[in-house]
Amino acid sequence: MSDLIRLTAAETAAAVASGAASAVEVAQAHLDRISEVDERVHAFLHVDTEGALAAAAAVDSARAAGATLSPLAGVPLALKDVMTQKGIPTTCGSRILEGWRPPYDSTVTARLKAAGVVILGKTNMDEFAMGSSTEHSAYGPTHNPWDLDRIPGGSGGGSAAAVAAFEAPLAIGTDTGGSIRQPAAVTGTVGVKPTYGAVSRYGLVALASSLDQAGPCARTVLDAALLHATIAGHDPLDSTSFDGPVPDVVGAALRADVQGMRIGVVKELSGEGYQAGVQQRFDEAVALLTGMGAEVVEVSCPNFPYALAAYYLILPSECSSNLAKFDGMRFGLRVGEDDGDPSVEQVMGRTRAAGFGAEAIRRIMLGTYALSAGYYDAYYGQAQKVRTLIARDFAAAFEQVDVLISPTAPTTAFKLGEKLDDPLAMYLNDVATIPANLAGIPGMSLPAGLAPEDGLPVGLQIMAPAMADDRLYNVGAALEAALLSNWGRPILQEAPSL
Amino acid sequence: MSDTPSITRADVAHLASLARIDLPPESLDHYAEQLAVILGAVAQVAEVAADDIPPMSHPLPLVNVFRTDEVRPSLTSDEALSGAPSVESDRFRVPRILDEA
Amino acid sequence: MSTAITEPVVPYDEVIAEFDPVLGLEVHVELGTATKMFCGCPTEFGAEPNTQTCPTCLGLPGSLPVVNAIGVESAIRIGLALNCSIAEWCRFARKNYFYPDMPKNFQTSQYDEPICFNGYLDVEVETDDGMRTFRVEIERAHMEEDTGKTSHQGGATGRIHGADYSLVDYNRAGIPLIEIVTKPITGTGKYAPEVAKAYVTALREILRGLGVSDVKMEQGSLRCDANVSLRPSPESPLGTRTETKNVNSLRSVERSVRYEMTRQAAILRAGNKVMQETRHWHEDTGVTTSGRPKSDADDYRYFPEPDLVPIAPSREWVEQLRAALPENPSVLRARVQAAWGISDFEMMAVVKAGALELVAATVAAGADQAAARKWWVGEVTRIANERGVELVDLPITPVDIARVEAMVGAGALNDKLARQVIEAVLAGEGSPDDVVATRGLAVVSDDGPLLEAIDAALAEAPDVAEKILSGKLAAAGAIVGAVMKATRGQADAARVRELLLERLGVAE
Ligand SMILES: [Mg+2]
Ligand SMILES: [Zn+2]
Repeated sequence: MSDLIRLTAAETAAAVASGAASAVEVAQAHLDRISEVDERVHAFLHVDTEGALAAAAAVDSARAAGATLSPLAGVPLALKDVMTQKGIPTTCGSRILEGWRPPYDSTVTARLKAAGVVILGKTNMDEFAMGSSTEHSAYGPTHNPWDLDRIPGGSGGGSAAAVAAFEAPLAIGTDTGGSIRQPAAVTGTVGVKPTYGAVSRYGLVALASSLDQAGPCARTVLDAALLHATIAGHDPLDSTSFDGPVPDVVGAALRADVQGMRIGVVKELSGEGYQAGVQQRFDEAVALLTGMGAEVVEVSCPNFPYALAAYYLILPSECSSNLAKFDGMRFGLRVGEDDGDPSVEQVMGRTRAAGFGAEAIRRIMLGTYALSAGYYDAYYGQAQKVRTLIARDFAAAFEQVDVLISPTAPTTAFKLGEKLDDPLAMYLNDVATIPANLAGIPGMSLPAGLAPEDGLPVGLQIMAPAMADDRLYNVGAALEAALLSNWGRPILQEAPSL
Repeated sequence: MSDTPSITRADVAHLASLARIDLPPESLDHYAEQLAVILGAVAQVAEVAADDIPPMSHPLPLVNVFRTDEVRPSLTSDEALSGAPSVESDRFRVPRILDEA
Repeated sequence: MSTAITEPVVPYDEVIAEFDPVLGLEVHVELGTATKMFCGCPTEFGAEPNTQTCPTCLGLPGSLPVVNAIGVESAIRIGLALNCSIAEWCRFARKNYFYPDMPKNFQTSQYDEPICFNGYLDVEVETDDGMRTFRVEIERAHMEEDTGKTSHQGGATGRIHGADYSLVDYNRAGIPLIEIVTKPITGTGKYAPEVAKAYVTALREILRGLGVSDVKMEQGSLRCDANVSLRPSPESPLGTRTETKNVNSLRSVERSVRYEMTRQAAILRAGNKVMQETRHWHEDTGVTTSGRPKSDADDYRYFPEPDLVPIAPSREWVEQLRAALPENPSVLRARVQAAWGISDFEMMAVVKAGALELVAATVAAGADQAAARKWWVGEVTRIANERGVELVDLPITPVDIARVEAMVGAGALNDKLARQVIEAVLAGEGSPDDVVATRGLAVVSDDGPLLEAIDAALAEAPDVAEKILSGKLAAAGAIVGAVMKATRGQADAARVRELLLERLGVAE
């Protein structure tokens, strides 16, 4: 039953709940698909065949015993390798964590397990989530299922590619500056960065603590909502976890009605640097929204042009400190003996030099510089003030409109290797997604069509005020439905077969 | 773009030592060049007049998130040591320490 | 490896004649909370290695801290007891440096936003002109976490230098610490070492009274770093300071400051510069040795801890905690001295012995203040000194002492027997009643056996009987002594004397 891999998560859950398919069958179909295509896609760093089948069997027995299944019970999922899962290798795409098996589950992992979600394995990523192409993985790049010579976005390229390649209907990503949304955009999938604090960060290996947020990757807006509802909610183990009700994202995805909504197009997230086909598909989507009864206006966020610079000071600063614990003493790689020579200082230095890739080293050094005595105020301090201004831009914009929209990424997927040696060019991929991270507001990317010039997916980004994540799903589902009726079939069916 | 700060080999070596990364000497120039370019680009944060703007270190307006002083289960020592590169007598074995803290 | 590095020193009198000392004291207090500062692991001392750890206090990837409410409450109470202002809003910060006993390679601490600041503590020191009060100003008291414990293997002495490798136990990592930092302490002149000791003593008394820590210096739950510098005169700018670590007893606080003054004076007198560095105090040899140089290379890259949210203690909370504070020890002292009606000198003896709270508790348990003072400052202090421990650490309680005194008052014990009981209690033989029962200790109160013993003693010494009869009453002591000896001390000496005089028909 290879059709099982084409089902949405909602359809899969329904099939398992009704008995039309067993969870084990569903898991096996996806494991088979992974065996078939992942050699070429390289979405996975680790496939947990045994664990996945056991989890699926447990769902089937629970069903047989008459238990009420949760909404995603029996649905397979790919977990970004930045989330701990007890006993399962967790590398964060880094050599320095090769072979590490955490002794604990992240809160997201624990919630997925509790919901009967079947975790297939861990997905590839840029090392410690630093990158926009998944080329900075120590274990080799992931390939975009639309064109294997192109990047799948990053840092969560593995999660997005797994979903796009029908290796899993759902995946978990993490988004520090766009790492869920930009991969979604370039792979023709849906990705959501929830409001900061909506999903627990406990067990998410931190890149930049004040920016990181885990969220769903899926093929439909409703599927993303189902996953969002499963993982969100207060966690006492995360001090920065929001202690309040989770917005009704599933209800919003089912409502899918933009009639009378005010939608703002961010003036600063267009024009120079944005590919013509990206802009064209975006403009068509705007017309669709207007056609559905939304009032679309242009909104200016004057400080957004400084967001990228502020981000590339704040992120490296936090990451230089967060990555200090990787020193070869308590876990992971150690380069050097402990027999009297070399010293601990040398072993730490050698371990970190050998264990971290070039991008990680660049960012650690940058952050070390920005936090140093004498530079702190001019760099980190000033970046934090810019952050305030970005948040104020959003606050002012949301006085005028209910949601903001923009292209998710300025271009479609570029060729592997194209920007690898040009950090600044690489950083520009996140120019439209970063403001949401700085302000902590939620953002979604969904497919807006294929760029006429290269036939590759274009992403549209929706942003909403903090804790109004439901608005993303409402607008996203409405636009998805309108686009789908124009296209006649889901966009991923346009992708070449693997 | 603001003026590009000059980053020397020695600066890179100092940063690398603060960050405990034993960089090969032949890579210092390369990193110096790249850091200078990136710093030149991000230095534009200085262009924003923000003297009276409060810094924002965190997106959440929360304060006072506390835990009650109640014991939760710890890991077993086996679990705690499970990922360690070297273990002796239930403790983490580490190379000789040169500096005192 | 030997630490017998002898550096030149200047006699203390000459140091004082030529230089003005400036002190700075940093005290780290381990709180007595049930769990660590940022995770739910227990804090018990002496557990098996790495059995009180979790992903958070091991710094495993993905782990996050959550603040212990009692840690914050204790910090505020300490601040209030030290007359500090309590921040309306403050944060934790990360102090970044690499060290294998620190799981995250940063310490979660506070930097420019401490929870308590601008306080003071008045301490009393005996000077040539009598007791004098010195005000020690407190710069700040902030919250942070302890590190793991490292033991150095191989090499000669288990010291860090010369070791082949080290073993780390992270049970201690993450235990809440409050760091209390003074402003530069000036104007102490020759009393600098005494002021330093008096400050740590008073601080310890306050912390113990608050019940926030067991303040055991020998177990490391109270640790003192002493900064010392010298300058030519009080008008001169501050000199270069050294920071002496490993000062693990009250006595060492005084000694190490004194030593460091004499060492620095020798350097300055020779026209050299004091090096800014960390130094280590050696209790055995009474010297400090050079540790790590402090320099501009110490760049801790502090920044606000992004995994934690700010702390904004409400004024209501602070006032509630203030209202519930125990009485300040110096206020308590003045009040108690007046209530007992004792002299400054008598009070000083109690305070010096560190016995004030114990005496007060003994009085509260029913004993007379003079008797309570006599036991604690006398016999019990003597034993504490013999054992080299603090009074409070002895296994005898104010209730025990009050009970012993009650038995003396009732005539069931005399002074000598009471001493034996106290020694037995301290030897672990149980409560005073247990000791009396098992050892069969009791004053012989039946006159019959006493009269027999008196007659026997008189028969032994007819010459003494003569003397007494001739009116030399002082001679009675010899007979009383003989009777006491015969009854193995279990007689009431006053009663023996009474019976003796009665027997001989001599009036007092
Ligand atoms: Mg400290
Ligand atoms: Zn712990």
